[in-house]
This record gives sequence, structure tokens and C-alpha cells, in this order.
Amino acid sequence: MSERIVVDPVTRIEGHLRIEAEVKDGKIVDAWSAGTMVRGLEIILRGRDPRDAWAFCERVCGVCTTVHALASVRSVEDALGIHVPANAELIRNIMFCTQYMHDHVVHFYHLHALDWVDVISALKADPVATSALAQKLSKYPKSSPNYYVELQKRLTKFVESGQLGIFANGYWGHPAFKLPPEANLMAVGHYLEALEWQKEIVKIHTIFGGKNPHPNYLVGGVPCSINIDEANAINAERLAFVGQTLQRAKEFVEQVYIPDVLAVAPFYLDWAGIGGGLENYLVYGDLPTNGFADVKSFKFPRGAILGRNLNEVHPVDPKNDQDEIKEFIDHSWYEYSKGGGLHPWDGETNLKYSGPKPPYEHLDVDKKYSWLKTPRWKGHAMEVGPLSRMLVGYAAGNDDIKGAVTDALGALKAPPSVLFSTLGRTAARAIESQLAAKWGLEFFNTLLANIKAGETRTFTREKWEPSTWPKMAKGVGCTEAPRGALAHWIVIGDQKIANYQLVVPSTWNASPRDGKGQRSAYEASLIGTPVHDPHQPLEIIRTIHSFDPCLACAVHLYEDKKEIARHELLVK
Amino acid sequence: MEIESATKPQKKDETIYEHMLARGVSRRDFLQFCAWMGACIGLEQTGVAQMTKALETKKRIPVVWLHFQECTCCSESFIRSSHPIVADILLDKVSLDYSETLMAASGHQAEKSLQDTIKNYKGEYLLCIEGSVPTAEDGVYCCIGGRTALQIAEEVAKDAKAVVAWGNCACSGCVQAAKPNPTSAKPIHKIIGGKPIVNVQGCPPIAEVMAGVLVHLLTFDRIPQLDNLGRPKAFYSRRVHDTCYRRPNYDAGLFVESFDDENARKGYCLYKVGCRGPSTYNSCGTIRWNGGISFPIQSGHPCIGCSEANFWDNGPFYQRVPAFPGFGIEQTADKLGIAALAASAGGAAVHAVMTNIRKRHEIGEHAGENAEQAEKDNPESKS
Repeated sequence: MSERIVVDPVTRIEGHLRIEAEVKDGKIVDAWSAGTMVRGLEIILRGRDPRDAWAFCERVCGVCTTVHALASVRSVEDALGIHVPANAELIRNIMFCTQYMHDHVVHFYHLHALDWVDVISALKADPVATSALAQKLSKYPKSSPNYYVELQKRLTKFVESGQLGIFANGYWGHPAFKLPPEANLMAVGHYLEALEWQKEIVKIHTIFGGKNPHPNYLVGGVPCSINIDEANAINAERLAFVGQTLQRAKEFVEQVYIPDVLAVAPFYLDWAGIGGGLENYLVYGDLPTNGFADVKSFKFPRGAILGRNLNEVHPVDPKNDQDEIKEFIDHSWYEYSKGGGLHPWDGETNLKYSGPKPPYEHLDVDKKYSWLKTPRWKGHAMEVGPLSRMLVGYAAGNDDIKGAVTDALGALKAPPSVLFSTLGRTAARAIESQLAAKWGLEFFNTLLANIKAGETRTFTREKWEPSTWPKMAKGVGCTEAPRGALAHWIVIGDQKIANYQLVVPSTWNASPRDGKGQRSAYEASLIGTPVHDPHQPLEIIRTIHSFDPCLACAVHLYEDKKEIARHELLVK
Repeated sequence: MEIESATKPQKKDETIYEHMLARGVSRRDFLQFCAWMGACIGLEQTGVAQMTKALETKKRIPVVWLHFQECTCCSESFIRSSHPIVADILLDKVSLDYSETLMAASGHQAEKSLQDTIKNYKGEYLLCIEGSVPTAEDGVYCCIGGRTALQIAEEVAKDAKAVVAWGNCACSGCVQAAKPNPTSAKPIHKIIGGKPIVNVQGCPPIAEVMAGVLVHLLTFDRIPQLDNLGRPKAFYSRRVHDTCYRRPNYDAGLFVESFDDENARKGYCLYKVGCRGPSTYNSCGTIRWNGGISFPIQSGHPCIGCSEANFWDNGPFYQRVPAFPGFGIEQTADKLGIAALAASAGGAAVHAVMTNIRKRHEIGEHAGENAEQAEKDNPESKS
């Protein structure tokens, strides 16, 4: 006897995601992932100034803010052949590393931890033992017995008030929670610490980009100027602030985030055998150290792994419009003028909802059931994200990545095979945060050395004026967003955006199955997941959260040269 | 079983002040917080005393926070609130009963949290909305739990005490409503009627502005004074241009001609590379961003006007705003302020031209042809 369960809304993510799953004999036998919101940004971008695109694209997502702006300016720079000054690349890299640390820490504590941490159990903890545990794990200073006594008092008072706020109706007491009360109390403390910390690290974005979320970017470089003899520019005081913030961020990652992941993981080793899903991993790579054109210089190497074969890294070319990246719509609410998949430069989109009329109980999963298209690489479903980056880096023999992965596996006394799982994905995110912390400071020191040597340029006017552009130009801007491989494809015609398309990490991971019935990453990873109580979707959200979903990103539109019958879209 | 005891109806007797004391906040810190928050929302000293009293005696208010067509930048901004007690107040002192970004429960359990609040706190809960509502095709472009944003918004708003529209999406549709608005996205005030709605503008709004608005509602039990676009005057009655520390450069005709040129490195005015400060009402120049660290102009990028309706469709961002300070700009301002602004606009322009040379002298910079250019740009020479 099987049962169809629905989880909608999936909370603690960005955007609107619905999961339907078939549960039989306590296990998931099939699953469907649906994005249920669409905005139509690519249609909106058409006809606009390509130099403005970054601002529109940045509003694709406010959680992974910056990543779409970066992909966008790179797509325009690629199309027009602009090479940004070294300092601009460094500042972009520092902002990138900042974003990784912020995004991953917030994900672990505020979006993911409540899947593993029983807040109510923390009320039973012994604060003195909690302090001893915290001090054994890390030298993080906020760990005294008194700290935990006070924290527990506050938590008890909060729970006894009867207004549980964000903790109301959680899955507390579920048998899948395994942490001892002391670990739960420590985690609640770190939840609050991380909330305090996260607002500090983003100040790096504020210094270089003016605000966060949504700092400012610029085609041709970065908008801030460097002038060490001026109050109104990046000077010694601003740089000191950035340096100190990077240093403190690194301390938090090393003294709180990493020890917590390593402390929690042993209680959940069964999750090292759950949620693996796909066996293919895709990475565009990022963090250039010799200009973006030199892919070999990336800190995160580019490449693809098929069938979990770590002995071979396949080359990836986002510009190959013949037989690499294509998007399909067999199960998506769109129409194509012809069958098959389309490379983003040649894509087309017509919104065409054909699902049930709301309010509905179930989606019609045999037909079309999502606002996400289904991207494929050489016909394969690919997983993107931290796990893919760590695996490709490991397989490519990148020293930093290999060392960090080996250290983490050593600490857990586990073989590499544990990485192919829900737990592995969560661990990979922590591992790369450690790298981002280290690399961020490296880039910062290089920036200081450049300034010291008299190199202060942050912008090039080369090709800024539209009159200098060719009549027609095509470009692609790639990056590795915290959630995985992200690229924007742009076609510029007559100084305006003729076509623009984004294929984003959560589109790869969260998309519906393709015409051959191949599942994408979310759907594949849920198969075989044990479900203790079909009415409590804890195990489902554990695996889904391990991907850190971002659905506003994932839903996108592209407009071909045909005119969409827009009048049909007018309000009746 | 503590879980059961935890879900009993709330003891509605704990005040915010008591709650803060329980969280280890001293009386002194509490008073400091009140003073800081009072300053933030522009209160006189007597108002601060009133606010302190209110927080000492006020019950906690349930908050429902809905997400529709958005990017979650408002929630992200909100958690950046720079004063630690502000974070405490907003995450604990109000009872955030429904927030898809932060709540532990998903699916049916999340739905239950929402329904519990609607049922148990009829007419008492505060409804916050992030995102616009798509209205084309009967609303199928945004569904949650199998229902459209349209259906949810109407249902949840019905018994809400007041509505806060967070950010440009909820206030005016933002990027998805930019031309050609494929999903017919509409702001909240065009969907929900018969309720007080506070439009907290920006993409996203500044964290402390969001906190300030909530504290205002919490403290005085009434909505703040709004301009004719529904924005709280405390935060949206001043143009970025008028509160910009680079304003003297504008007055003196000292402009950045191109990014990272010599003038950019001196921090001159960004008007000529497209700054929307002259037509944008926000607190960026006063409160600044992320704990007062900087704001777009200070970091070298022109203001893109993200707290104004339709800012996406007001011409390319890097194109100079024509006809400034023109009456077209003033017309979007609050009707009460408009007369004063209009009256001063001409005066300010004349004043600017007359003091250009003197000011430049004072600033001690040489700006080449900028002064001539400024006079050309100045509509006073046209009007």
C-alpha cells in the first residue's frame, strides 16, 4: 500500500517549492519536485541596456545576492571582449568569498540546523556539561557554563510563554533526532551567535558595493575607487575594516561552524548512506587568479564527473551550442515551437500553464508539473553545488580542495564514499567555507600588495560606450554560486539585449524529470529515503535542505524572436 | 511531555520589557535601546519616554510574514538589523508565527501555524508581506500549498490588524512588474483593501528602517505617518540627494565624468553618471546601510532609485537624469511637502549657480569645465 504525501510549502529555503512523494513500506519510492512561482525576468530584460542587466539579474535572488550580478557583468564582458583590471577581479573574488561564508553559515544554522537539532530537547540539557562539550570541541570564547545557564533560562522562558514563534509545530521529539540534549543546547546557542555574526561579514559587501543585500556591480570592473589619500574612496581605514572582518569571519567558520558540523555528523552517520541521488556532478569553476579568461587559473576547477568516477574529469564548454548544455520542457509549463532541447542561445519560451486549477490537492505529475525547465549536460542529469565542487576539485587534484576534503574525512574517520549523500552535501558546504575563508584573505593580501605597488585601477572604460560595440555579440558569464554552477547567456543586438537567459543551480537540481524519465537531483536523491511518519516530512526536508534550494533563481524565462501574445496575459 | 505544554495557548501576560529582562537585558540596556530606537524613528525626548512605557507594558504581537513573488532580499535585509536588541525584539519579542524563511515546520505543519494564528488572534496579528501578487491567468504564476497568492493574501488579510508591505515588490511590483510585466504582478495595496497598509520601500529596505517601522507599530499601536505613497515619513521624506554627503560637490559643480576617473577617486558627485538621488526618497544618506558602514553613493555607484515605484523603467541607470530639479520629480513627493519643495527648487538652483565658484574655492578643488557644465545642466538656466 503506497501513500502520496505533499510537502508545500517547503520552508527554510528561498522561494516556493513543492515536493510530492510516494511512500511505500516506510520508504520513498518516487518523488516529484515542483517550482510553483514564476516572474519572467528574461522577457523583462529584452530590449534594455546590457550594462543595466546586472541590477535586474541580481534581483533574481536576495539570499545568494551578488552571484547573478557577477554572472551578468561577466556575460556582457565576454560578449564585448572586456578585460577587467586585476583589482576589480580581486574585489569581486573577495565579495565572492564573503558571500560563500555568509550564505553557507546562514544555511547551516538558520535553514538547515532545525532538521537535525531538537530545540525542545535542549531544555533538558545540563549547562555545565554543555560548556564542557563546547570547550572540548573548540576554543570559541562564548562557551562558559554561565553562558549556557543563561541561554537555557531564556529558552525555557520562551517555550513556557506558549508562543513558540518560528519553532511552533516543529518536529520536536521525532525519533530521527539523535543529538544529546547538550549538543542541542550548544546548537541553539550557535544559532543565535550565527545570527549576530552574519550581519557583520556582509559589511565587506557594503564597503565595496554600497549595501547588502544587493550590492552594486559594474560592467568593466567594480564601482568603488581606490585612493589611499582620500576620505571618499577605498583607503587604509576601509581596507583595515575589510581585513579585520575577513579575519573574524575565518575565526567563526573555524571555531564554530566546522566544529559543529564535525560534532553533529557522527550522530547522523546513517545519513551518509541516504540521499546520494545522481552520480553525475557539474562545475563551471570560479575564483580566477590570472584573469577570467584563464580557466586553468581558477581556485575552483571546471569540469564534470560522470558515474561517480573520480579518476576522470570531463571538460565542460558552456559556449558549445551543439551538444553540451540544453534545456528541455517535457514536464514544464512552457511551449517550444519544435521538439527536443535547446541551447540557451537558441532557446525559446512561452508560458503555458496546464496544471490543475488552484486550489489543488495534487499536481498532475504524469504531464507538466513545474515552472522549472530541465537542463541537461550531454543528455545527463547533473548535480551542481558544494558537493560537486569538492568532488571535481578532488578529482582534478587541486591541492587546497584535496587537503580540506581529506582532513574532514580523517576527522570523521570515514571513507570518501560518505560524500555521496545528504550528509556529504552538508559536509562539503562546510569544507568549502573553510577554503573561502582562507582564499578571501589571500585575495585581500594580493589587493594590498597591488595598491602598495601603485596599481589602483578598478574599472576599464574599454567598450563602455555602446557606439564602440559590434552590431551583434554573444557572451556567456559563468560563476559558481554557493548553490552551484550558474551561467547567464546574452545576445546583444543593436546595443540592446536581444536575448538573455539564465540557467541556475537550483534549475539543475530541482527541475522535473526529462522526456526519457531521467530524474534531476532532488527527485533522484529522495528515492529510498526512510520515512518514519508520512505525516511528518522531516526526512524529506533533510535531504532537500542539503541542496540549499533557491527557487526564485530556478524559475526563469527566455523569449525567442517570436512575439509572445502578451495581450493574453492582461488581467481579465 | 514538554512539547504539549509548549503548545498550550499563550499566557498573554508577559510584556516586552519582562521578556527582555528574562533574556538577560539590563534595565539600563533597555532604556538605552529605547533611546536609540527613539532616535532612529525621530522621536522627541517625551516620545522616547512614551515608547519606553509602551514597551514596558505592551503585550507581544503575533506576526505573519508571507512571501509571494520576491527574491527574499527583504527577509535577508531584516536579519541584518544592526542593533543586537533590535534583532532580539524582532525575532523574539514579536511572535513570528509564520515565516517561510525561518520557521521549523514545513507543509501541513506550517499551514497549521498560519491557521492557528488567524483563528486565535483574530484582528490582533500583524500581516507582513514580501513580494508582489501575479494576477494574470487567475494567479497561477504563484502558488503555495496548492493555492494562489491571490487567494492567500485575501484570506490572511481579512482578520489582520494592519499590513506591512516590505520592499519594492510588495509596495510597487518591483522587477517582475517592469515592462512588459509578463505575469501582471501587482503590489499589495492593489490587492488588499480596507486595511491600513504601510509601504516600506526599497530593494530591499534598509534593515534599521524595517526594524523602526515594526517598533513604531509595536510601541504606539498605530501606523506611522505616511506620505501620499504610503511610505513612513520618518524614513522616506528626504531625498537621497538632499541628505547626501557629496551634495556640496553637486552644488559646486564637481562631477564624476566616468567611473574610476580622477574625480571618482576624490568622491565627487555621481549625478552625471546617472545618480537617481535627486528623485529618490530614502534614508540611505542618513541611516546608511548595514550598521551605518556605507551606502551606494559612498561606495562609488550612483543611486539607482530602488525605493521609487517603476525605478526599473525610468531609463538606463547610467544615463543622466534630465530636467533636474524639475517639477516632475517633486510631483512624486508627499503632497504636504510638495509646496515647500517646489518653492525651494528654483531658489536652490539659483543658489547653486551663484555659489558654485565660491564653494569650489572652499572645497579647494579644481574641476576644469565642470562648473560650466553644471550651469548647463541646471534647469534654472532653462526655466
